Amino acid sequence: MSSGEGSSQPSSKKSRQPKYSRFTQQELPACKPILTPGLVVTTFILVGVIFIPIGLLSLSASERVVEIVDRYDEDCIPSDQEKTAFIQSDKTNKTCVRSLTVPKKMQHPVYIYYQLDNFYQNHRRYVKSRSDKQLRNPENEDLTSPCEPEARIDNKPIVPCGLVAWSLFNDTYGFSVRGMNLSVNKKDIAWDSDKNYKFGSKVYPKNFQQGSLIGGGKLDEKIPLSEQEDLLVWMRTAALPSFRKLYGRIEQDLEANEKITVVIQNNYNAYAFGGKKKLVLSTTTWIGGKNNFLGLGYITIGGLCLFNATTFIVMYLIKPRPCGDPSYLSWNRNPPGN
Amino acid sequence: MKRCVYINDDDLSHDIYCDNRISNRKYTVWNFLPKNLWEQFSRFMNQYFLLIACLQLWSLITPVNPASTWGPLILIFAVSATKEAWDDYNRYLSDKKANEKEVWAVRHGVKKHIQAQDIHVGNIVWLRENDEVPCDLVLIGTSDPQGLCYVETAALDGETDLKTRVIPSACMGIDFDLLHKVKGLIECPEPDKDIRRFDANLRLFPPFLDNDVCPITIKNTLLQSCYLRNTEWACGVAVYTGNETKLGMTRGVPEPKLTAVDAMIDKLTGAIFVFQLVVVMVLGVAGNIWKDTEARKLWYVEYPTKGPWYELLVIPLRFELLCSIMIPISIKVSLDLVKGLYAKFIDWDNKMVDQETSTPAHAANTAISEDLGQVEYILTDKTGTLTENQMIFKRCCISGTFYGNEIGDALKDEDLVNAVATRSPDVIHFLTVMAICNTVVPIQRQNGTILYKAQSQDEEALVHAAAGLHMVFVKKNGNVLDINFNASVIQYEVLDTLEFTSDRKRMSVVVKDCQSGKLFLLSKGADEAILPCASTGQQTRTFSEAVEQYSQLGLRTLCLAWRELEEDEYQEWSLMFKEANSALVDRDWRIAEVCQRLEHHLQILGVAAIEDRLQDGVPETIETLRKAGINFWMLTGDKQNTAIQIALSCNFVSPEPKGQLLLINGKTGDEVRQSLERVLLTMRITSSEPKDVAFVIDGWALEIALKHHHKAFMELALLSKTAICCRVTPSQKAQLVELLKSCEYRTLAIGDGGNDVRMIQQAHIGVGISGREGLQAARAADYSIGKFRFLKRLILVHGRYSYNRTAFLSQYSFYKSLLICFIQIFFSLISGVSGTSLFNSVSLMAYNVFYTSVPVLVNVLDKDLSERTVMQHPQILFYCQAGRLLNPSTFAGWFGRSLFHAIVVFVICIHSYAFEKSEMEELSMVVLSGCIWLQAFVVALETNSFTILQHLAIWGNLVAFYVINWIVSALPSSGMYTIMFRLCRQPSYWITMFLIVVAGMGPVLALKYFRYTYRPSKINILRQAERLGGPILSLGNIEPQSRAFEKEVSPLSISQPKSRSPVYEPLLSDSPNAIRRSFGPGAPFDFFQSQSRLSSSYARNCKDN
Repeated sequence: MSSGEGSSQPSSKKSRQPKYSRFTQQELPACKPILTPGLVVTTFILVGVIFIPIGLLSLSASERVVEIVDRYDEDCIPSDQEKTAFIQSDKTNKTCVRSLTVPKKMQHPVYIYYQLDNFYQNHRRYVKSRSDKQLRNPENEDLTSPCEPEARIDNKPIVPCGLVAWSLFNDTYGFSVRGMNLSVNKKDIAWDSDKNYKFGSKVYPKNFQQGSLIGGGKLDEKIPLSEQEDLLVWMRTAALPSFRKLYGRIEQDLEANEKITVVIQNNYNAYAFGGKKKLVLSTTTWIGGKNNFLGLGYITIGGLCLFNATTFIVMYLIKPRPCGDPSYLSWNRNPPGN
Repeated sequence: MKRCVYINDDDLSHDIYCDNRISNRKYTVWNFLPKNLWEQFSRFMNQYFLLIACLQLWSLITPVNPASTWGPLILIFAVSATKEAWDDYNRYLSDKKANEKEVWAVRHGVKKHIQAQDIHVGNIVWLRENDEVPCDLVLIGTSDPQGLCYVETAALDGETDLKTRVIPSACMGIDFDLLHKVKGLIECPEPDKDIRRFDANLRLFPPFLDNDVCPITIKNTLLQSCYLRNTEWACGVAVYTGNETKLGMTRGVPEPKLTAVDAMIDKLTGAIFVFQLVVVMVLGVAGNIWKDTEARKLWYVEYPTKGPWYELLVIPLRFELLCSIMIPISIKVSLDLVKGLYAKFIDWDNKMVDQETSTPAHAANTAISEDLGQVEYILTDKTGTLTENQMIFKRCCISGTFYGNEIGDALKDEDLVNAVATRSPDVIHFLTVMAICNTVVPIQRQNGTILYKAQSQDEEALVHAAAGLHMVFVKKNGNVLDINFNASVIQYEVLDTLEFTSDRKRMSVVVKDCQSGKLFLLSKGADEAILPCASTGQQTRTFSEAVEQYSQLGLRTLCLAWRELEEDEYQEWSLMFKEANSALVDRDWRIAEVCQRLEHHLQILGVAAIEDRLQDGVPETIETLRKAGINFWMLTGDKQNTAIQIALSCNFVSPEPKGQLLLINGKTGDEVRQSLERVLLTMRITSSEPKDVAFVIDGWALEIALKHHHKAFMELALLSKTAICCRVTPSQKAQLVELLKSCEYRTLAIGDGGNDVRMIQQAHIGVGISGREGLQAARAADYSIGKFRFLKRLILVHGRYSYNRTAFLSQYSFYKSLLICFIQIFFSLISGVSGTSLFNSVSLMAYNVFYTSVPVLVNVLDKDLSERTVMQHPQILFYCQAGRLLNPSTFAGWFGRSLFHAIVVFVICIHSYAFEKSEMEELSMVVLSGCIWLQAFVVALETNSFTILQHLAIWGNLVAFYVINWIVSALPSSGMYTIMFRLCRQPSYWITMFLIVVAGMGPVLALKYFRYTYRPSKINILRQAERLGGPILSLGNIEPQSRAFEKEVSPLSISQPKSRSPVYEPLLSDSPNAIRRSFGPGAPFDFFQSQSRLSSSYARNCKDN
């Protein structure tokens, strides 16, 4: 008593009938993987076994990075003065001398970053306030509409316009070791794509920082934008409120326990909004700067995978469950109709 | 209201009625755009997306380029508008073809070739053989000297037999040359869509005839879209034209059906919408607070101290736009696509092709395949649906002698052959009634054989049987019938035909023997309609016993009777009959009454029994579907015994002692109430036992129960899994469907004839059997299949897969939208709650439209269990019926998963891309690729069966993501110039990706494995069993076999060999065709119903006396 489909199966080719193909009959060969204990445990073990070494590798790479972080915003301000007033004043002397100790030998190139905390470069109002067309092409210098409120001054277009450029970071650092000036290489700190394409080599700053309200740094009007690498770095907006931006490179090794004297021009106002400013010197490895997250993450996840695998093995041993036992089907236990 | 048609009047009628221009179009060139847009925007989802798209035009608040919403929106609109336009254009073309067809019509007294669209009401139109009728005509002349012509009405009602049409008596004998000069007046009703009725009057103006009013019925008309056959020419007066014809009035688009899955998706969409509003409110308030407390301190943002008046709204609106992707814009398109494919799979299925007629299954409604998997009740017709509706004359009882037995049918019974040879008068009369008491048209074929064109299968069977016994009906020449009996020709003239109606349950003809001039009344009909009319003194007991015996065998029975008429009696009656026939009001009822006056004192000749075999595989199909938890109700016009017999033989109810039948009957309200209460009580008691309880109710009791005891009946309907409703009318069938629908059940109605159309249209899913009864049901249905047994495959395979696939697809669509949306929300928490979008417009659009849509579309090939396993364990359908795979709790699972994945992706990305790497564009691409990687693995994990296409789509999509982004990154003008190249060169990027995948999928996999092994669902167990193969599967087979065994020992079962499935059904009290014929779908039906109630009570009285 094979029912319907049995009797109609054998001859399936007639003129009016649908064309037979494995696709139309939904009969494409398929593999149906099943979550067997073996498969799942193997997967977890395999992942664990691969992940832990990678984690260790990443962690060691990250540990090899030598990093000096110095927060200077608090200390570079006379404690008796009102901070915002001090930083906004033209007359105050904002030079500040810091002394750093190299903990371990730092192989060149040593990257110099400035780090800003609690600075929302990703704020919507901020991030949108730029005109990429204007930056690219001198003919587009009037395209300042997205740049509000730093678009025009006395109805003349500002180049580069917008809040991003206007708030250009302008602290400067000078380094010396044992009385000798360390030369800071500020070439090629920006992305090549920015220099070659995004910022035009014929676009010169115009009317920049001319308003009553001065934001951040000023630009040399004789140098085209594509060569103003500090600006280029700054205008690559950061996604997180705490970020580092490349300031330059020191092209020589720094020995352990060497004292580095840094002369900081503390110009940038991070006090108004409770931001922090830090100077960071760091070497780099294949994984980038110092960041233990990936390594720790890999080790944790790998460990958890192994733990999972063991749990599943133990569960399997204690309470073996036969696979695909139809006695678990309720309708095989109870009479039908329920 | 009446319509007056002046025949052949060129001036008057022109301006009153519309011309014959047919228009099925929904739109014109001018109103297409506004009308189509209006229709599309009447849907909530579209309004929502339009609002979002409009808000995005405001650059102050838009997080992304407006194109990212406008693009898909316009695409979606364009696609559905194009589809509409294309359909409409095709309709226009076919209309145009019909409108510009050349026809012969009379203009100013001259026959002219004109276009069909220029026909006006009152024009005389000429047709030649095989011409299509261009509008509704009243016949006034044909080539036939008797004024007959034949039409094929297949396009109108799907019936393929030829029907006879006759010119009104007033037009008899008008010369061919004079026909186009005829003038007159036709009074006819306003246009309606009842293709069975046309009650009008004709009066010809002088000089043609006197002022006699001549009645016109549907028999005098040629309706639009019929074909003229076997007739050289015919001509008629146009009475209804253009869209006012009977066909034109029946046109209309049925209400679109909404599946349970769609309703659930809508509900979930609503929930997400509310959730979105909450998120928007919270973030909006938080954003405003943060702005006022923190952002004003940020000098580099330069917030003005005093903003515009709408300042408070800006941030909430930004979040609204940011969160608008929570409701996936692509879901509608994706669902439409896959639903189209489900329907195609049904059309393509080789295993649902009826080998006999090579008709494939067809899904006319492409949108409701998921509902097939959620069916809870199947309401089925009997004749033609469960049975083959191929009638064969099997046995007969002529004046007390039984012919035919188990070995052979009556035709081969030597006793009968001998009786014919010896010209036993009773037998001869019996055969005569069989041969001529009908409306069959014999057609001589070239090779000498005769083809019978009959309206009812019963009549055809009888005529064939008579021919087999040498009483051959050879020719029908107008009213004169030629019978060839043992090489001698006997001629009869048919004087009147007392037609069959479902209320009268019998038909008669008055014939005159041309040799002797004697008048006879020949009748045939259901036993309860014929036996009470027997002449006093005649013993009818033998006949009722014969009927009883044949019913027990499952045969359909017909009683045959005759009476000789006196000339005077006939003449007197004939006048009354004519009068009744020309009545404009209550014509049916009056005819029935007049007919009754003649049909009495009949001499019963005998009982004919006709077999209607059960279709192949019906018992197995019903058994399987019942095991799948689907409840069956049988709704039939047949009588109780027959219905119960059929029900038993096709596994509808289990035989005693496992099954129990409870009868509800009664003639009065009180009786019905008592009976109903008794049954209810039994039901309540037995509902805890594993017993198969079914109730049986007939149409009369049902009528009372539905009207006066609606509540009790409702409870009964809820309690009982099986029901047999006999003698129900089409509208009662529809009422029952409505009743079950009101109890929130998913219903499927299956039928094959015109009397099932209402039920089919009413049910959530209508299935038509494209069988012998024409295509009426199949046309009205959402699905048409060749045989009942394909229903099993339609539901268990196609319905189940469709439901599973849609359940995954829809939830996944929400998952991926929520994933990206949660990430946006998290990002806004670290960007000063200002509503910054982490992703750029292009990526967002591509994510929704492309990256996440393609892999999941291939999910239409996914099969969790093989077809064989599902067939063996139909109980698994429960998961679909109960909506276990798509409901708020599974949705909550997906919601949680998207939240978890969003956290994983976001936390890992912002930590591994912190400090010097935290560049906006880079982070955005890292997060996006994290999402893409995760979704590839989510789809892979949720896929049950991988075909090559799935692998291609899932992994190919991942590759395509990189290729596309490399291409975009290579374009200097794009925002993300060089970004992807930079990222792919960093080892930490790849390390981050793998960390995301493992951290995101690890817990999901572990949880799934745990559930799969320790809390397995039935589907999981079967999957495992399927993998292990062999012996376990057979376990499921034991049960049905044991049940089949039980059945054979049951006392009620029929003693026929099981393998033939020869379940017979006694004759339907009404010929199945005729009842179908008497009801047209739609509005006039109700009108008709109210009358038929009157007459049905009269029929009952007649039976009782």
